[in-house]
Amino acid sequence: MPTITYRDALNQALREEMHRDPAVFLMGEEVGVYQGAYKVSRGLLEEFGPMRVVDTPIAELGFAGIGVGAAMVGMRPVIEFMTWNFALLAIDQVVNSAAKILYMSGGQIPVPIVFRGPGGPALQLGAQHSQALESWFAHVPGLKVVAPATPYDAKGLLKSAIRDGNPIVFLEGEMLYNTKGEVPEGEYTIPLGSADVKREGADLTLVCHSKSVAVALKAAEQLQHEHDLAAEVVDLRTLRPLDVATLVASVRKTNRCVVVEEGWPLGGVGAQVVDELQREAFDDLDAPILRVTGADVPMPYNKHLERAAKPGPDRVIEAAKRVAYREG
Amino acid sequence: MATRVVMEALSPTMEEGRIARWLKKEGDAVTTGDILAEVETDKAIMELQARGEGVLRKIVVPEGGTTPVGNVVAVIAGADEDVSSAFDTTAPAAKAPAAPRPAGPPAAPVVPVVPVGRVRASPLARRLASEKGLDLQVIHGSGPGGRIVKRDLATAAPVSPAGLGGGEGWEDVPLTQIRKTIARRLGQSLGPVPHFFLTAEIDMERCAEAREALNALGEGRVSFNDIVIKVVAMALLQHRECNAWWQDDHIRYFNEVHLGMAVAVDDGLITPVIRQAHRKSLRQIAEEAVALADRARTRRLTPDEYTGATFSISNLGMLGIDEFTAVINPPEAAILAIGAVTPKPVAADGAVTVRRRMRVTMSCDHRVIDGATGARFLQTVKRMLENPLAILW
Amino acid sequence: MTAAARIPSALEPSRREFYVGLLRQMVLVRRFEERAAEAYALGRIGGFCHLYIGQEAVATGAIAALRGDDYLFTSYREHAHALVRGTPARAVMAELFGKATGCSGGKGGSMHLFDAERGFLGGHAIVGSHIPIAAGAAFAIKSRATDQVAACFFGEAAVNIGAFHETLNMAALWGLPAIFICENNRYGMGTALERAAAVYDIAHRACSYDMASETADGMDVLAMHDVVARAAQRAREDKLPTLIEARTYRYMGHSMADPIHGHYRTKEELEEQKSRDPIDQLARQLRQADLLDDDGFKTLKHSVEEEVEDAVRFSEESPEPELSELYTDVYRA
Repeated sequence: MPTITYRDALNQALREEMHRDPAVFLMGEEVGVYQGAYKVSRGLLEEFGPMRVVDTPIAELGFAGIGVGAAMVGMRPVIEFMTWNFALLAIDQVVNSAAKILYMSGGQIPVPIVFRGPGGPALQLGAQHSQALESWFAHVPGLKVVAPATPYDAKGLLKSAIRDGNPIVFLEGEMLYNTKGEVPEGEYTIPLGSADVKREGADLTLVCHSKSVAVALKAAEQLQHEHDLAAEVVDLRTLRPLDVATLVASVRKTNRCVVVEEGWPLGGVGAQVVDELQREAFDDLDAPILRVTGADVPMPYNKHLERAAKPGPDRVIEAAKRVAYREG
Repeated sequence: MATRVVMEALSPTMEEGRIARWLKKEGDAVTTGDILAEVETDKAIMELQARGEGVLRKIVVPEGGTTPVGNVVAVIAGADEDVSSAFDTTAPAAKAPAAPRPAGPPAAPVVPVVPVGRVRASPLARRLASEKGLDLQVIHGSGPGGRIVKRDLATAAPVSPAGLGGGEGWEDVPLTQIRKTIARRLGQSLGPVPHFFLTAEIDMERCAEAREALNALGEGRVSFNDIVIKVVAMALLQHRECNAWWQDDHIRYFNEVHLGMAVAVDDGLITPVIRQAHRKSLRQIAEEAVALADRARTRRLTPDEYTGATFSISNLGMLGIDEFTAVINPPEAAILAIGAVTPKPVAADGAVTVRRRMRVTMSCDHRVIDGATGARFLQTVKRMLENPLAILW
Repeated sequence: MTAAARIPSALEPSRREFYVGLLRQMVLVRRFEERAAEAYALGRIGGFCHLYIGQEAVATGAIAALRGDDYLFTSYREHAHALVRGTPARAVMAELFGKATGCSGGKGGSMHLFDAERGFLGGHAIVGSHIPIAAGAAFAIKSRATDQVAACFFGEAAVNIGAFHETLNMAALWGLPAIFICENNRYGMGTALERAAAVYDIAHRACSYDMASETADGMDVLAMHDVVARAAQRAREDKLPTLIEARTYRYMGHSMADPIHGHYRTKEELEEQKSRDPIDQLARQLRQADLLDDDGFKTLKHSVEEEVEDAVRFSEESPEPELSELYTDVYRA
């Protein structure tokens, strides 16, 4: 099986879906001639032409709205935000238009659109370029929110997102684009709304998504070797709708849980995970569920401060030990 | 429709019950409200009522059998009804195991509510304990704040089944409910509660004379115990610091006195409570003490007759004990152990004379009562007993 | 300053049916809005209700110049556009009443009328947000290489919002078959245009984007028809957008909850504008050209009265949506 980068996995997904359905087009800043700000759309302009790979001026609200309009009349736009930080400019179109038109029209007009781009912190990009805003969108009925952590998940989920027929917020990561993983050559999709157990274990459950998955896996390794604790790592993959069944099954087995996420603590996706588990798996919990989140501050520039602000394996291990009642 | 008769929570602290006697047999007709059986709880013998009507088709737990609260003990149904599915003997998991009452609040939880204080346990530990028939009250919690967690259950022994074995030179006797309760409650006393003990010898000559005079009036009889109860109650009004409950993060001081008096019963000990002892006359106390002791021995006390004491007294004087130390009933802060009233040679006014004396030992919870505090209380008790009119002062 | 379109000096008798049709539509809109105001005052309609009274010529003239397969996008002052487009008065009134028989199933309300079959794509309540959406439909048209047009109606207060600017830039840059029709009724809620816009002449703004533009008399239905017909031709043939400023006037307040005059405009101004009433103008012209006499007009009004009365009765009698509808249409399955 070939090993490719997360970036190339997305590229393949876009290419395959644009071949499969002529209604699919990509629109955003630098997606065409520049080959993509993060090279995700490399080669697509040459292959599909300027009506299907559309470079825009810096006008997020404008081109997000254009995407919505095109979707309303039957096209399948993929709107790229250079980062999700900038999507705040377009949030009116995502939340007030895309998410609501099907409902307001009494079911007449679907909006099959994918908004995609990298989210969350990278390295020393500063406060305005480092936000993990998935919970803002996961809050909104009418949207689906997807955050793949691996190349395999990225390709399969993007293909599903494009075909889904609903407005989808698709969160990638600058620091994920270069990561590598095995991706099969044939046609495959991954259903939205399904979490994935990335590592099995019987002693505790680590719930994570996007860049936190690597953090959780690293913590799990250390927990096994140094503390003889076998952690099960559950990658949410889709944040709305949440795959509560998989989460509950894991906690039924392990009886304890730590939720890891990059976003800020108040109202983060992890808070919803905790609520679902305390309701659905109350009698299986041997300890309160703990969360490891991004620090409740705007992201600082300094390297060490930034590292301290991000959820790292050390904090995950500390939380894991607490839920397992291990001293020290 | 079949009615499952389940073991009901007939006392606030009950977790299982033993069928002492079935009053109906299989095949008997039964209407709602009929007494089906006598159930031995951790405190007393209670009556199990029928909550449905029909025929008592099947007795699931026989006389002498013990089962956790919530489990099926019998089935009432129509004479010809198929009841094969009603024999499921286990209570639904993760639900309160008490039977539904016809009206009123939802069923009582498994974990006892008063007076010991809330048990801290993780939801998982609660569920597993309930499923395995383990008593959370006797399990030590290793989690924060004494929380009982899953690993603490691994070492806990399950509740013993009815009837064990015997062998050459020995016999295993299953614990009755009352013995289990005593073990559990007092096992949580001497260990965790920091006891210290104060002993005083009291001159009972005047008290004895007063008592004889009162009894000679022929209007009733008062015992030394009754007098001690009244004296202790009045003394506690002056020493509120000794009339208290330890409540983990605070102390409750009572302005009223509800005295527990230990009564020996068949198989152990129970402490019925004389409520408002400070307000009652000696006659009332005497009459109540007799009545309570009687009901205690026949196991007919109701839950609020044996809970809620603010202070307890234990008297082994009638069994010839000179003095002894009693174990505090948590969450009370103290208990007074009374020895026999015996004539003794004592020094008085430079000469040796024989007077009736009594030794009392007060066990105190050092978290609530200090040595001097306890001593001052005992001084008052002594003063009142040695000068009976001081009770009225 | 761009020239206003002039109406033809004489009506063509061969087009009588066309003119009478326009008149009837304007009368329908007028009467519908009046009945809606009554219904609102009686509590049959809740929330916001923005009336089009006075502006009838704009929607009527413009939509008459468009085809059945063109796409329409409007703001929340949209009852007229839905009616003129052909959505039955029953379905529109029932939607205002929140009934299950409404064109949005009772889930949209006055501000969110949708009629997918007739290409009426809403009904948008965030000022200016539908302008890029309309451009998106135009993009799809161009992508598919058909000769449809996407028409977008918005008020003059929307030309100051970012979405307007971003959209017109891209529409002109890429060449999109869109018509941006600014219904300039001079007041954004309580703010007169001269207090909100650095450049009062809205059509003039098109030069920022090198886009064609025209100013039209929004009280003249035939002028509106002509100007939109020209813009539609430019869109179909040249794949280029047009910005149209239709100068019109609303008689009622911004919404039913706002004052008709007093704070922000005078009664005298209102009366003066009413002297240019679009319905009166066309009726007068038709009478003068002997194409519709007073009796004919009365019959026409009577027929409209019946249609609107029927719509109100239908709405009263229609059922509410089932409670289960709360959870439907959040996602497409």
